[in-house]
Amino acid sequence: MSEVSSPHAFVPARIGAGRWLVAAVLLVLAALAGLLVGSVALSPIEVIKALADRLPFVVMEYGLSEVETRLLFELRMPRVVMGGLVGAVLAVAGAGYQGVFRNPLADPYLLGVAAGAGLGATAVIGLGAGSAAIPLVAFVGGIAAVGATYTLSRTVGGRTTTTLILAGVAVAAFATAVQTFLLQRNYETLREVYSWILGRLVTVGWSEVWTLLPYAVVAATVLLVMRRLLDVLGLGDEEAAGLGVDVMRVRRLVVLAATLATAAAVSVSGLIAFVGIIVPHTIRLLTGWSYRVIIPLSLVYGASFLILADLGARTVVAPGELPIGVVTAFLGAPFFLLVLRSMRGSS
Amino acid sequence: MISWRDVVVSFDGVTVVGPLTLRVGDGEWVGLIGPNGAGKSTLLKAAVGIVAHQGSVDLGGPERRAGTDIAWMPQRPLLPDEMNVGNYVLLGRTPHLGYLGSEGRNDLESVGRAIERLDLVQLSDRALSTLSGGEAQRAVLARALAQEAPVLLLDEPTSSLDIGHALEVLEILDWLRHNEGLTVVTALHDLTLAGRFADRLVLLDKGKLVAEGSAFEVLTEDTLIPSYGPGIRVVTNGDGPTVIPTRRQSDRPSQPTD
Repeated sequence: MSEVSSPHAFVPARIGAGRWLVAAVLLVLAALAGLLVGSVALSPIEVIKALADRLPFVVMEYGLSEVETRLLFELRMPRVVMGGLVGAVLAVAGAGYQGVFRNPLADPYLLGVAAGAGLGATAVIGLGAGSAAIPLVAFVGGIAAVGATYTLSRTVGGRTTTTLILAGVAVAAFATAVQTFLLQRNYETLREVYSWILGRLVTVGWSEVWTLLPYAVVAATVLLVMRRLLDVLGLGDEEAAGLGVDVMRVRRLVVLAATLATAAAVSVSGLIAFVGIIVPHTIRLLTGWSYRVIIPLSLVYGASFLILADLGARTVVAPGELPIGVVTAFLGAPFFLLVLRSMRGSS
Repeated sequence: MISWRDVVVSFDGVTVVGPLTLRVGDGEWVGLIGPNGAGKSTLLKAAVGIVAHQGSVDLGGPERRAGTDIAWMPQRPLLPDEMNVGNYVLLGRTPHLGYLGSEGRNDLESVGRAIERLDLVQLSDRALSTLSGGEAQRAVLARALAQEAPVLLLDEPTSSLDIGHALEVLEILDWLRHNEGLTVVTALHDLTLAGRFADRLVLLDKGKLVAEGSAFEVLTEDTLIPSYGPGIRVVTNGDGPTVIPTRRQSDRPSQPTD
C-alpha cells in the first residue's frame, strides 16, 4: 500500500507521502484555476503576488487594480473557498455513510438526507424565519430523513443495497413533495428557493464561508477520528462488537457528523448531488478499500472536485452560468451507473 | 477462565439456551458438541455480549470485557473482499486501541506472530476474496489470536479445513493453552477431533447441557444417540473414542457378489 517497509511482511493501510503530494498539488492547481479563470482574466503572476501579500509577515507589491483586487478577494476567493469546503464535506460525508451502512451507494442524496435538509431550509425561507436558522433546521430535516430511510429499509427487509437506496428514494420523494407543497403556498419565495435547489455558489461571500466552517471542521474531525473504526465495521456488527467496538455508538456518531456536514453544506450552497459518490469511489478505485485512506483523501479531492466543477459551471456557457448541481449531476449520473454495473459484476 | 452462570437466551419469547451453568478454568480446553441448533454458537455469542441473555458471564473480574479478554471467532465470518490478510489480522488489535489510538510496534508484532503461527506469511498481501476456504479460516483464526486475549471462543474453527490443516490448527491451540495458559472453548461438529483435543466435552441439545465429562465419558453410543439419532457407532482404541457414522441396513449399497 505504501513505500514504508515493515518487518512483518505487511504494511497497514495508510496514505503515503506521494499520495498526499499529488492530492495537495491538485488542490492548489484547482484553487488557482478557480481564482484566475472568469469573465475578467487575471494575470497569474500578479494573483500569486497578491495572495503572497496577504500572508502574515509578507509584504509584496502587486499589479492588480483596485477593482481586480476586490474581484479576487471578495468574489472569486470566497467562491473558491466555499466550493472547496462544500466539496470536502459532501465527499467525506458520502464516504462516512458508505462506511457505516457498508453500502457503496450510500450518499447524502440517495439516503434522502439532502432532500430532508432541503425541506427544512425551504420551510425556513418560506416562513421568512431568517437565514441564521437554516443550518440548524436543515440539520433536523436531514437527520429525520436519514433516520426514516434507515428505519424504513430495515422494516421492509434486511439491509441490502437495494432496500436502503429504494427507501432513500421514497423518503426523498416524500420530502420533495412536502417541499413543493410549501413552495406553492409561498409563491413569492419560489424563485429564491428554486435557485437554491439547483445549487449555487454564485452569491456566496465570506459570511457564508464562516457559517459553514465550524460545522465542516466538527464533522470532518469526527469522521477522521472514526476512520479506523469504519474499517472494523466492515466486518459486520457482530464481529465489530466482538472486537469491543460499540457499534451503535460509532454508527450514530458517524451518521450525525455526516448529516451535520451535509445539512450545513446544503443550507449554504443548495443541492449539489453525487459528490459523495464520485469522489470516494474514485479514491477507492485508485487506492483500495481502507477508510483510513478514503476519508482523508475524500476531504482533499472533494474540495478539488467541486472547485473544478464550479469552474465548469461558470465557463461552459459563459457569459451565462450553469447551476453547479447540474454539472455534478451531469458527471455523477453516468458514474453512478458505472458503480452499479461494477457491483453487479462483483456479486 | 470463563463461566456462564444460569445463562438463558431467548429469541421472541422462545428459550434457545439454558438455563445453563458452565465453568472453564485457566488453561482448560472445553469442547462444546451437539447437533445443529443445540445452542453452541448462541452460548459463545452470549459470552461475547452480542446476544442478549439473562444470568451472568464471568471472565474473572468485572473489568474484563469482550475484545481484550475474550477473542471470538464466528462460524461464518464476514470477510471484506478487497481487504488484505495482513490488515485483516491487524483488526484483531482493535480492542487494545480505543477510539483515538493507532497501532504501534507492539501491535504489529502481535500481528506478525499470529500470521507466522498460522502459516500466512506468504499470503499477507493477498486480498481476502482470493483465498481458499481453508486459507480464509486461518486468517480469521489469526485475527482472533492477534487479540491476545486470555480466553478464546472458537465457533467451528476447522469447518473449512482439510484434516491435515485441521490438526495443525488444533495443535497450535493446544500449544497456546499449554504454554501461554489460554482458556479455549470450541464448538466442533467433528466429535472425534473434539474428543482428541478437549480436556472436557460438553454435550448440548436443545439449549440444555445433557452430558459433560472426558471424551471417554461423553463419546459413547448411549450418550450420543439420543441427541444425534441412531446412525452412530463409537469405536475406542489407544487414541481415544472414534465416532463413526453408519448407514441403516436398508440404505446400504448392495455388496458385490461373486
